[in-house]
Amino acid sequence: MTRGVTRRPLLGLLIPAAVAVLFIALPLIGLLLHVDWSNLPSELVSSDVLTALRLSLECSIIAVAISLVIGVPLAYLLARTSLPGRRLIRGLVTLPLVLPPVVGGIALQTALGRTTPIGTVLDHFGIVLPFSTAGAAIAEAFVGFPFLVITVEAGLRQRDDRFEEVAATLGARPWRRFWRVTMPLAAPSIAAGAALCWARALGEFGATITFAGSFPGTTETLPIAAYTSFEGSGQIGMAITLSLLLLAISILVLVVLRDRWLGALQ
Amino acid sequence: MKIGAGALLPSGITAIALAACGATSTSGRSASADPLNGSITVFAASSLTSAFNTAEKGLELDHPGFTAQYSYGSSQTLVSQLINGAPADVIATANTSTMQQLVAKGLVDTPQAFCKNKLEIIVAPGNPKGIKTLADLAAQGLLVVLAAPGVPVGDYATKALKAANVTLTPKSLQLDDALVVEQVESGNADAALVFVTDVVAAGNKVTGIPIPDAQNVIGTYEVAVLKASANQGAAQAFVTSAVSGDVQTQLLADGFLKPS
Repeated sequence: MTRGVTRRPLLGLLIPAAVAVLFIALPLIGLLLHVDWSNLPSELVSSDVLTALRLSLECSIIAVAISLVIGVPLAYLLARTSLPGRRLIRGLVTLPLVLPPVVGGIALQTALGRTTPIGTVLDHFGIVLPFSTAGAAIAEAFVGFPFLVITVEAGLRQRDDRFEEVAATLGARPWRRFWRVTMPLAAPSIAAGAALCWARALGEFGATITFAGSFPGTTETLPIAAYTSFEGSGQIGMAITLSLLLLAISILVLVVLRDRWLGALQ
Repeated sequence: MKIGAGALLPSGITAIALAACGATSTSGRSASADPLNGSITVFAASSLTSAFNTAEKGLELDHPGFTAQYSYGSSQTLVSQLINGAPADVIATANTSTMQQLVAKGLVDTPQAFCKNKLEIIVAPGNPKGIKTLADLAAQGLLVVLAAPGVPVGDYATKALKAANVTLTPKSLQLDDALVVEQVESGNADAALVFVTDVVAAGNKVTGIPIPDAQNVIGTYEVAVLKASANQGAAQAFVTSAVSGDVQTQLLADGFLKPS
Protein backbone atom coordinates (compact mmCIF):
# COMPACT_ATOMS: atom_id res chain seq x y z
CA MET A 1 0.00 0.00 0.00
CA THR A 2 1.02 3.58 -0.50
CA ARG A 3 0.01 4.68 2.98
CA GLY A 4 3.50 5.72 4.09
CA VAL A 5 4.03 7.80 0.96
CA THR A 6 0.77 9.72 0.90
CA ARG A 7 0.53 10.48 4.60
CA ARG A 8 3.80 12.39 4.82
CA PRO A 9 3.05 16.12 4.35
CA LEU A 10 5.02 17.90 1.65
CA LEU A 11 6.80 20.75 3.38
CA GLY A 12 6.63 22.86 0.25
CA LEU A 13 2.84 22.74 0.43
CA LEU A 14 2.71 23.51 4.12
CA ILE A 15 3.76 27.16 3.77
CA PRO A 16 1.18 28.25 1.15
CA ALA A 17 -1.42 26.25 3.05
CA ALA A 18 -0.56 28.10 6.25
CA VAL A 19 -0.80 31.40 4.36
CA ALA A 20 -4.22 30.31 3.11
CA VAL A 21 -5.46 29.67 6.64
CA LEU A 22 -4.06 32.99 7.87
CA PHE A 23 -5.59 34.74 4.86
CA ILE A 24 -9.05 33.79 6.11
CA ALA A 25 -8.29 33.94 9.82
CA LEU A 26 -6.43 37.27 10.09
CA PRO A 27 -9.28 39.57 9.03
CA LEU A 28 -11.58 37.77 11.45
CA ILE A 29 -9.02 38.13 14.23
CA GLY A 30 -8.66 41.81 13.34
CA LEU A 31 -12.41 42.23 13.63
CA LEU A 32 -12.45 40.51 17.04
CA LEU A 33 -9.54 42.65 18.28
CA HIS A 34 -11.45 45.82 17.45
CA VAL A 35 -14.62 44.85 19.25
CA ASP A 36 -15.33 47.13 22.19
CA TRP A 37 -16.37 44.29 24.47
CA SER A 38 -17.46 46.54 27.35
CA ASN A 39 -19.95 48.40 25.16
CA LEU A 40 -20.96 45.35 23.15
CA PRO A 41 -23.92 44.16 25.25
CA SER A 42 -25.56 47.58 25.31
CA GLU A 43 -24.91 48.13 21.59
CA LEU A 44 -26.31 44.71 20.69
CA VAL A 45 -29.63 45.49 22.34
CA SER A 46 -29.74 49.11 21.14
CA SER A 47 -32.83 49.91 19.12
CA ASP A 48 -30.76 50.51 15.96
CA VAL A 49 -29.28 47.01 16.02
CA LEU A 50 -32.54 45.32 17.01
CA THR A 51 -34.42 47.14 14.24
CA ALA A 52 -31.89 46.01 11.64
CA LEU A 53 -31.86 42.46 13.04
CA ARG A 54 -35.66 42.18 13.00
CA LEU A 55 -35.80 43.54 9.46
CA SER A 56 -33.03 41.22 8.29
CA LEU A 57 -34.85 38.18 9.71
CA GLU A 58 -38.13 39.34 8.19
CA CYS A 59 -36.68 39.94 4.71
CA SER A 60 -34.60 36.78 4.63
CA ILE A 61 -37.51 34.60 5.75
CA ILE A 62 -39.79 36.14 3.10
CA ALA A 63 -37.00 35.55 0.57
CA VAL A 64 -36.81 31.87 1.56
CA ALA A 65 -40.61 31.56 1.39
CA ILE A 66 -40.65 33.05 -2.13
CA SER A 67 -37.79 30.75 -3.12
CA LEU A 68 -39.55 27.65 -1.75
CA VAL A 69 -42.82 28.40 -3.50
CA ILE A 70 -41.28 28.98 -6.92
CA GLY A 71 -37.95 27.16 -6.53
CA VAL A 72 -39.04 23.68 -5.49
CA PRO A 73 -41.44 23.20 -8.43
CA LEU A 74 -38.73 24.40 -10.81
CA ALA A 75 -36.14 22.07 -9.24
CA TYR A 76 -38.59 19.16 -9.58
CA LEU A 77 -39.29 19.89 -13.23
CA LEU A 78 -35.58 20.29 -13.98
CA ALA A 79 -34.68 17.03 -12.22
CA ARG A 80 -37.54 14.76 -13.16
CA THR A 81 -38.89 15.76 -16.55
CA SER A 82 -37.50 16.33 -20.01
CA LEU A 83 -38.61 19.94 -20.00
CA PRO A 84 -37.60 21.58 -23.30
CA GLY A 85 -34.73 24.06 -22.87
CA ARG A 86 -33.80 22.54 -19.54
CA ARG A 87 -30.09 23.35 -19.84
CA LEU A 88 -30.85 26.94 -20.77
CA ILE A 89 -33.21 27.30 -17.80
CA ARG A 90 -30.67 25.73 -15.47
CA GLY A 91 -28.03 28.17 -16.69
CA LEU A 92 -30.40 31.09 -16.24
CA VAL A 93 -31.27 30.04 -12.71
CA THR A 94 -27.58 29.67 -11.84
CA LEU A 95 -26.76 33.13 -13.19
CA PRO A 96 -27.51 35.10 -9.98
CA LEU A 97 -24.84 32.97 -8.27
CA VAL A 98 -22.09 34.51 -10.38
CA LEU A 99 -23.71 37.83 -11.28
CA PRO A 100 -22.41 40.78 -9.22
CA PRO A 101 -25.31 41.53 -6.85
CA VAL A 102 -25.29 45.22 -7.76
CA VAL A 103 -26.02 44.20 -11.36
CA GLY A 104 -28.96 42.20 -10.03
CA GLY A 105 -30.17 45.32 -8.22
CA ILE A 106 -29.91 47.46 -11.35
CA ALA A 107 -31.68 44.75 -13.36
CA LEU A 108 -34.51 44.54 -10.81
CA GLN A 109 -34.71 48.34 -10.93
CA THR A 110 -35.14 48.32 -14.71
CA ALA A 111 -37.82 45.62 -14.49
CA LEU A 112 -39.73 46.55 -11.34
CA GLY A 113 -38.81 50.20 -10.70
CA ARG A 114 -41.60 52.66 -10.14
CA THR A 115 -41.65 54.04 -13.70
CA THR A 116 -41.41 50.65 -15.46
CA PRO A 117 -44.60 49.10 -16.93
CA ILE A 118 -44.93 46.65 -14.01
CA GLY A 119 -44.01 49.38 -11.52
CA THR A 120 -46.62 51.72 -12.94
CA VAL A 121 -49.35 49.12 -12.46
CA LEU A 122 -48.19 48.39 -8.90
CA ASP A 123 -47.95 52.13 -8.15
CA HIS A 124 -51.61 52.38 -9.17
CA PHE A 125 -52.41 50.10 -6.23
CA GLY A 126 -50.13 52.09 -3.95
CA ILE A 127 -47.30 49.55 -4.09
CA VAL A 128 -43.81 50.87 -4.74
CA LEU A 129 -41.28 48.03 -4.57
CA PRO A 130 -38.15 50.21 -4.38
CA PHE A 131 -37.89 51.57 -0.82
CA SER A 132 -40.18 48.85 0.56
CA THR A 133 -39.48 45.80 2.69
CA ALA A 134 -41.09 43.70 -0.04
CA GLY A 135 -38.58 45.13 -2.49
CA ALA A 136 -35.69 44.24 -0.18
CA ALA A 137 -37.07 40.70 0.18
CA ILE A 138 -37.40 40.35 -3.60
CA ALA A 139 -33.78 41.46 -4.07
CA GLU A 140 -32.68 38.91 -1.48
CA ALA A 141 -34.76 36.18 -3.11
CA PHE A 142 -33.27 36.99 -6.51
CA VAL A 143 -29.79 36.40 -5.16
CA GLY A 144 -30.62 33.52 -2.80
CA PHE A 145 -33.00 31.27 -4.68
CA PRO A 146 -30.44 29.64 -7.04
CA PHE A 147 -28.95 27.98 -3.94
CA LEU A 148 -32.30 26.38 -3.21
CA VAL A 149 -33.02 25.28 -6.78
CA ILE A 150 -29.57 23.77 -7.30
CA THR A 151 -29.54 21.96 -3.96
CA VAL A 152 -33.04 20.55 -4.34
CA GLU A 153 -32.47 19.54 -7.95
CA ALA A 154 -29.26 17.72 -7.00
CA GLY A 155 -31.12 15.95 -4.20
CA LEU A 156 -33.95 14.85 -6.50
CA ARG A 157 -31.64 13.62 -9.25
CA GLN A 158 -29.48 11.50 -6.99
CA ARG A 159 -32.33 9.44 -5.64
CA ASP A 160 -33.69 6.55 -7.67
CA ASP A 161 -37.41 6.67 -8.32
CA ARG A 162 -38.33 3.15 -7.19
CA PHE A 163 -40.43 4.50 -4.34
CA GLU A 164 -42.53 6.54 -6.75
CA GLU A 165 -42.88 3.52 -9.05
CA VAL A 166 -44.02 1.35 -6.16
CA ALA A 167 -46.49 4.06 -5.12
CA ALA A 168 -47.74 4.17 -8.71
CA THR A 169 -48.21 0.41 -8.89
CA LEU A 170 -50.14 0.65 -5.64
CA GLY A 171 -52.49 3.05 -7.39
CA ALA A 172 -51.38 6.44 -6.00
CA ARG A 173 -52.31 9.32 -8.28
CA PRO A 174 -49.53 11.69 -9.52
CA TRP A 175 -50.29 14.52 -7.05
CA ARG A 176 -50.57 12.07 -4.18
CA ARG A 177 -47.21 10.52 -5.16
CA PHE A 178 -45.67 14.03 -5.32
CA TRP A 179 -46.88 15.05 -1.88
CA ARG A 180 -46.64 11.72 -0.03
CA VAL A 181 -43.50 10.21 -1.60
CA THR A 182 -41.37 12.66 -3.55
CA MET A 183 -41.54 15.62 -1.17
CA PRO A 184 -40.84 13.70 2.06
CA LEU A 185 -37.86 12.03 0.41
CA ALA A 186 -36.61 15.40 -0.85
CA ALA A 187 -37.05 17.01 2.57
CA PRO A 188 -33.35 16.92 3.59
CA SER A 189 -32.22 18.61 0.38
CA ILE A 190 -35.05 21.15 0.60
CA ALA A 191 -33.99 21.96 4.16
CA ALA A 192 -30.33 22.28 3.14
CA GLY A 193 -31.26 24.43 0.13
CA ALA A 194 -33.51 26.63 2.24
CA ALA A 195 -30.75 27.11 4.83
CA LEU A 196 -28.19 28.06 2.19
CA CYS A 197 -30.69 30.37 0.53
CA TRP A 198 -31.49 31.95 3.90
CA ALA A 199 -27.82 32.51 4.75
CA ARG A 200 -27.23 34.13 1.38
CA ALA A 201 -30.34 36.30 1.72
CA LEU A 202 -29.31 37.40 5.20
CA GLY A 203 -25.92 38.56 3.96
CA GLU A 204 -27.27 40.18 0.80
CA PHE A 205 -26.15 43.76 0.31
CA GLY A 206 -25.54 44.93 -3.26
CA ALA A 207 -28.82 44.05 -4.91
CA THR A 208 -30.81 45.21 -1.89
CA ILE A 209 -29.27 48.68 -1.50
CA THR A 210 -29.33 49.24 -5.27
CA PHE A 211 -32.96 48.21 -5.74
CA ALA A 212 -34.56 49.03 -2.40
CA GLY A 213 -32.42 51.84 -0.98
CA SER A 214 -31.72 52.14 2.71
CA PHE A 215 -34.01 53.23 5.50
CA PRO A 216 -33.97 52.00 9.10
CA GLY A 217 -36.82 49.57 9.74
CA THR A 218 -37.89 49.36 6.09
CA THR A 219 -34.93 48.40 3.93
CA GLU A 220 -31.81 48.89 6.07
CA THR A 221 -30.88 45.28 6.79
CA LEU A 222 -27.92 44.24 8.98
CA PRO A 223 -25.28 44.30 6.21
CA ILE A 224 -26.57 47.65 4.95
CA ALA A 225 -26.61 49.05 8.49
CA ALA A 226 -23.01 47.89 8.93
CA TYR A 227 -22.04 49.60 5.70
CA THR A 228 -23.85 52.87 6.39
CA SER A 229 -22.38 53.02 9.91
CA PHE A 230 -18.93 52.50 8.47
CA GLU A 231 -19.14 54.69 5.38
CA GLY A 232 -21.98 57.12 5.89
CA SER A 233 -21.69 58.27 9.47
CA GLY A 234 -18.20 57.08 10.34
CA GLN A 235 -19.36 55.08 13.37
CA ILE A 236 -16.71 52.39 13.07
CA GLY A 237 -17.62 50.94 16.47
CA MET A 238 -21.23 50.31 15.46
CA ALA A 239 -20.08 48.83 12.14
CA ILE A 240 -17.87 46.37 14.01
CA THR A 241 -20.68 45.41 16.39
CA LEU A 242 -23.00 44.71 13.45
CA SER A 243 -20.24 42.77 11.67
CA LEU A 244 -19.71 40.65 14.78
CA LEU A 245 -23.41 39.88 14.91
CA LEU A 246 -23.40 38.76 11.26
CA LEU A 247 -20.26 36.71 11.85
CA ALA A 248 -21.93 34.96 14.80
CA ILE A 249 -25.02 34.17 12.72
CA SER A 250 -22.85 32.81 9.88
CA ILE A 251 -20.95 30.54 12.25
CA LEU A 252 -24.24 29.35 13.73
CA VAL A 253 -25.53 28.46 10.25
CA LEU A 254 -22.37 26.48 9.52
CA VAL A 255 -22.50 24.60 12.81
CA VAL A 256 -26.18 23.75 12.48
CA LEU A 257 -25.80 22.74 8.83
CA ARG A 258 -22.60 20.77 9.14
CA ASP A 259 -23.92 17.36 10.06
CA ARG A 260 -27.65 17.59 9.81
CA TRP A 261 -28.21 18.92 6.34
CA LEU A 262 -25.09 19.26 4.27
CA GLY A 263 -25.04 15.45 4.08
CA ALA A 264 -27.82 15.80 1.54
CA LEU A 265 -25.36 17.45 -0.81
CA GLN A 266 -22.78 14.70 -0.68
CA MET B 1 -3.10 89.55 -9.84
CA LYS B 2 -1.15 90.11 -13.02
CA ILE B 3 1.31 87.59 -14.29
CA GLY B 4 4.19 90.05 -14.81
CA ALA B 5 4.47 90.71 -11.11
CA GLY B 6 4.30 87.04 -10.23
CA ALA B 7 7.18 86.09 -12.48
CA LEU B 8 9.53 88.36 -10.54
CA LEU B 9 8.79 86.86 -7.14
CA PRO B 10 10.79 84.03 -5.50
CA SER B 11 9.86 80.64 -6.87
CA GLY B 12 7.64 79.45 -4.02
CA ILE B 13 5.46 82.53 -4.13
CA THR B 14 5.56 82.55 -7.91
CA ALA B 15 4.17 79.06 -7.83
CA ILE B 16 1.15 80.02 -5.82
CA ALA B 17 0.68 83.25 -7.74
CA LEU B 18 0.74 81.40 -11.04
CA ALA B 19 -1.69 78.80 -9.89
CA ALA B 20 -4.01 81.59 -8.84
CA CYS B 21 -3.98 83.14 -12.27
CA GLY B 22 -6.73 82.62 -14.80
CA ALA B 23 -6.70 80.32 -17.80
CA THR B 24 -5.57 83.20 -19.98
CA SER B 25 -2.28 83.60 -18.14
CA THR B 26 -0.09 81.74 -20.56
CA SER B 27 2.80 84.18 -20.83
CA GLY B 28 5.79 84.70 -18.57
CA ARG B 29 5.76 81.28 -17.00
CA SER B 30 8.58 78.81 -17.21
CA ALA B 31 7.70 75.13 -17.07
CA SER B 32 10.10 74.45 -14.21
CA ALA B 33 8.43 77.06 -12.00
CA ASP B 34 4.95 75.59 -12.50
CA PRO B 35 3.99 73.85 -9.27
CA LEU B 36 1.00 72.15 -10.91
CA ASN B 37 3.17 69.33 -12.08
CA GLY B 38 3.11 65.59 -11.73
CA SER B 39 0.16 63.62 -10.50
CA ILE B 40 -2.05 64.12 -7.47
CA THR B 41 -5.06 62.35 -6.02
CA VAL B 42 -7.97 64.50 -4.94
CA PHE B 43 -10.68 63.18 -2.62
CA ALA B 44 -13.76 65.36 -3.12
CA ALA B 45 -17.38 65.54 -2.01
CA SER B 46 -19.59 64.08 -4.73
CA SER B 47 -21.32 67.45 -5.29
CA LEU B 48 -17.98 68.69 -6.65
CA THR B 49 -17.85 66.00 -9.36
CA SER B 50 -19.00 68.08 -12.31
CA ALA B 51 -17.09 71.26 -11.40
CA PHE B 52 -13.82 69.45 -10.66
CA ASN B 53 -14.02 67.26 -13.76
CA THR B 54 -14.60 70.31 -15.96
CA ALA B 55 -11.83 72.28 -14.23
CA GLU B 56 -9.47 69.33 -14.64
CA LYS B 57 -9.65 69.55 -18.44
CA GLY B 58 -8.58 73.21 -18.30
CA LEU B 59 -5.82 72.49 -15.78
CA GLU B 60 -4.37 69.73 -17.92
CA LEU B 61 -4.39 72.02 -20.98
CA ASP B 62 -2.76 74.91 -19.12
CA HIS B 63 -0.31 72.78 -17.17
CA PRO B 64 1.14 70.04 -19.35
CA GLY B 65 2.55 67.37 -17.11
CA PHE B 66 -0.16 67.79 -14.49
CA THR B 67 -2.83 65.19 -13.92
CA ALA B 68 -5.20 64.59 -11.04
CA GLN B 69 -7.18 61.50 -10.16
CA TYR B 70 -10.42 62.19 -8.39
CA SER B 71 -12.26 60.01 -5.93
CA TYR B 72 -15.77 61.30 -5.31
CA GLY B 73 -18.04 60.23 -2.50
CA SER B 74 -19.78 61.35 0.63
CA SER B 75 -17.43 63.59 2.63
CA GLN B 76 -17.78 61.29 5.63
CA THR B 77 -16.88 58.23 3.53
CA LEU B 78 -13.80 59.95 2.15
CA VAL B 79 -12.72 61.20 5.57
CA SER B 80 -13.15 57.69 7.05
CA GLN B 81 -11.04 56.28 4.22
CA LEU B 82 -8.30 58.88 4.84
CA ILE B 83 -8.30 58.14 8.57
CA ASN B 84 -7.89 54.47 7.66
CA GLY B 85 -4.84 55.32 5.58
CA ALA B 86 -6.14 55.87 2.05
CA PRO B 87 -3.49 57.70 0.00
CA ALA B 88 -4.48 61.16 -1.24
CA ASP B 89 -2.95 64.60 -1.70
CA VAL B 90 -5.98 66.88 -1.38
CA ILE B 91 -9.31 66.53 0.39
CA ALA B 92 -12.35 68.74 -0.27
CA THR B 93 -15.38 68.28 1.98
CA ALA B 94 -18.92 69.62 1.74
CA ASN B 95 -18.97 70.73 5.37
CA THR B 96 -16.59 71.72 8.11
CA SER B 97 -17.31 68.97 10.65
CA THR B 98 -15.99 66.09 8.54
CA MET B 99 -12.84 68.12 7.78
CA GLN B 100 -12.49 68.74 11.50
CA GLN B 101 -12.05 64.99 12.05
CA LEU B 102 -8.94 65.12 9.87
CA VAL B 103 -7.65 68.19 11.71
CA ALA B 104 -8.18 66.40 15.03
CA LYS B 105 -6.19 63.40 13.77
CA GLY B 106 -3.41 65.71 12.59
CA LEU B 107 -3.74 64.49 9.01
CA VAL B 108 -4.13 67.93 7.42
CA ASP B 109 -2.90 71.45 8.01
CA THR B 110 -5.31 74.35 8.40
CA PRO B 111 -8.20 73.80 5.95
CA GLN B 112 -9.43 76.68 3.82
CA ALA B 113 -13.04 77.51 3.01
CA PHE B 114 -13.30 77.64 -0.78
CA CYS B 115 -17.00 77.79 -1.65
CA LYS B 116 -20.51 77.53 -0.32
CA ASN B 117 -23.60 75.71 -1.48
CA LYS B 118 -27.26 75.76 -0.62
CA LEU B 119 -30.16 73.38 -0.86
CA GLU B 120 -32.79 73.06 -3.53
CA ILE B 121 -35.80 70.80 -3.91
CA ILE B 122 -35.34 68.43 -6.82
CA VAL B 123 -38.33 66.92 -8.66
CA ALA B 124 -39.14 65.17 -11.93
CA PRO B 125 -38.86 67.37 -15.06
CA GLY B 126 -41.71 69.85 -15.24
CA ASN B 127 -42.64 69.34 -11.56
CA PRO B 128 -45.70 67.09 -12.18
CA LYS B 129 -46.58 67.03 -8.46
CA GLY B 130 -46.67 70.83 -8.27
CA ILE B 131 -44.25 71.15 -5.35
CA LYS B 132 -43.50 74.73 -4.38
CA THR B 133 -42.21 74.78 -0.80
CA LEU B 134 -40.51 72.63 1.83
CA ALA B 135 -43.91 72.18 3.47
CA ASP B 136 -45.26 70.56 0.28
CA LEU B 137 -42.78 67.70 0.79
CA ALA B 138 -44.80 66.44 3.74
CA ALA B 139 -47.84 65.78 1.50
CA GLN B 140 -49.49 62.38 1.90
CA GLY B 141 -48.23 59.76 -0.55
CA LEU B 142 -45.29 61.82 -1.79
CA LEU B 143 -42.11 59.73 -2.02
CA VAL B 144 -39.21 61.75 -0.70
CA VAL B 145 -35.61 60.56 -0.34
CA LEU B 146 -32.82 62.29 1.55
CA ALA B 147 -29.14 61.71 2.10
CA ALA B 148 -28.20 59.75 5.21
CA PRO B 149 -27.33 61.42 8.52
CA GLY B 150 -23.61 62.12 8.65
CA VAL B 151 -23.57 62.85 4.91
CA PRO B 152 -23.30 66.68 4.69
CA VAL B 153 -26.23 67.22 2.33
CA GLY B 154 -28.33 64.93 4.53
CA ASP B 155 -27.47 66.91 7.64
CA TYR B 156 -28.24 70.20 5.89
CA ALA B 157 -31.59 68.84 4.67
CA THR B 158 -32.55 67.70 8.16
CA LYS B 159 -31.63 71.14 9.50
CA ALA B 160 -33.66 72.96 6.84
CA LEU B 161 -36.74 70.77 7.38
CA LYS B 162 -36.51 71.23 11.12
CA ALA B 163 -36.18 75.01 10.81
CA ALA B 164 -39.21 75.06 8.51
CA ASN B 165 -41.13 72.87 10.98
CA VAL B 166 -41.72 70.19 8.35
CA THR B 167 -41.98 66.60 9.54
CA LEU B 168 -41.61 63.90 6.94
CA THR B 169 -40.46 60.31 6.72
CA PRO B 170 -38.06 59.82 3.83
CA LYS B 171 -38.34 56.57 1.90
CA SER B 172 -34.62 56.04 1.73
CA LEU B 173 -31.45 57.55 3.16
CA GLN B 174 -28.89 57.53 0.37
CA LEU B 175 -25.15 57.56 0.95
CA ASP B 176 -24.36 60.63 -1.12
CA ASP B 177 -26.13 63.31 -3.12
CA ALA B 178 -25.40 61.62 -6.45
CA LEU B 179 -27.41 58.60 -5.25
CA VAL B 180 -30.22 60.91 -4.11
CA VAL B 181 -30.40 62.60 -7.52
CA GLU B 182 -30.37 59.18 -9.19
CA GLN B 183 -33.56 58.16 -7.36
CA VAL B 184 -35.41 61.24 -8.63
CA GLU B 185 -34.01 60.82 -12.15
CA SER B 186 -35.21 57.22 -12.26
CA GLY B 187 -38.68 58.25 -11.11
CA ASN B 188 -38.55 56.07 -7.99
CA ALA B 189 -38.77 59.15 -5.80
CA ASP B 190 -41.02 62.16 -6.33
CA ALA B 191 -38.79 64.69 -4.63
CA ALA B 192 -35.56 65.11 -2.70
CA LEU B 193 -33.37 67.75 -1.14
CA VAL B 194 -29.93 68.21 -2.68
CA PHE B 195 -27.48 71.01 -3.37
CA VAL B 196 -28.35 73.68 -5.96
CA THR B 197 -25.24 72.56 -7.87
CA ASP B 198 -26.49 68.96 -8.04
CA VAL B 199 -29.57 70.24 -9.86
CA VAL B 200 -27.37 72.24 -12.28
CA ALA B 201 -25.21 69.16 -12.90
CA ALA B 202 -28.23 66.92 -13.55
CA GLY B 203 -29.31 69.19 -16.41
CA ASN B 204 -32.75 68.64 -17.93
CA LYS B 205 -33.30 65.26 -16.31
CA VAL B 206 -34.70 67.00 -13.23
CA THR B 207 -36.28 70.30 -12.22
CA GLY B 208 -35.10 72.38 -9.27
CA ILE B 209 -37.44 74.28 -6.97
CA PRO B 210 -35.53 77.06 -5.17
CA ILE B 211 -35.82 77.37 -1.40
CA PRO B 212 -35.93 80.96 -0.05
CA ASP B 213 -32.71 81.94 1.75
CA ALA B 214 -34.59 82.44 5.00
CA GLN B 215 -35.45 78.71 5.02
CA ASN B 216 -32.28 77.52 3.35
CA VAL B 217 -29.08 76.14 4.82
CA ILE B 218 -25.84 77.50 3.44
CA GLY B 219 -23.05 74.94 3.73
CA THR B 220 -19.35 75.81 3.65
CA TYR B 221 -16.92 73.61 1.73
CA GLU B 222 -13.34 73.21 2.90
CA VAL B 223 -10.22 72.04 1.15
CA ALA B 224 -6.85 71.00 2.58
CA VAL B 225 -3.57 69.37 1.66
CA LEU B 226 -2.89 66.04 3.31
CA LYS B 227 0.30 66.09 5.37
CA ALA B 228 1.18 62.68 3.94
CA SER B 229 1.06 63.98 0.36
CA ALA B 230 4.17 63.11 -1.63
CA ASN B 231 3.56 66.02 -3.99
CA GLN B 232 3.03 68.95 -1.62
CA GLY B 233 3.79 71.52 -4.32
CA ALA B 234 1.09 70.42 -6.72
CA ALA B 235 -1.35 69.71 -3.89
CA GLN B 236 -0.90 73.22 -2.49
CA ALA B 237 -1.22 74.73 -5.96
CA PHE B 238 -4.46 72.82 -6.51
CA VAL B 239 -5.82 74.12 -3.20
CA THR B 240 -4.85 77.66 -4.19
CA SER B 241 -6.60 77.22 -7.51
CA ALA B 242 -9.71 76.01 -5.71
CA VAL B 243 -9.66 79.01 -3.38
CA SER B 244 -8.92 81.73 -5.93
CA GLY B 245 -7.86 80.31 -9.30
CA ASP B 246 -9.21 78.44 -12.29
CA VAL B 247 -10.94 75.82 -10.19
CA GLN B 248 -12.70 78.57 -8.23
CA THR B 249 -13.85 80.15 -11.51
CA GLN B 250 -15.34 76.82 -12.59
CA LEU B 251 -17.07 76.37 -9.22
CA LEU B 252 -18.76 79.76 -9.53
CA ALA B 253 -19.77 78.93 -13.11
CA ASP B 254 -21.41 75.72 -11.86
CA GLY B 255 -23.55 77.49 -9.30
CA PHE B 256 -21.40 77.35 -6.17
CA LEU B 257 -21.31 80.48 -4.02
CA LYS B 258 -18.20 82.43 -2.99
CA PRO B 259 -16.72 81.29 0.32
CA SER B 260 -17.41 84.61 2.02
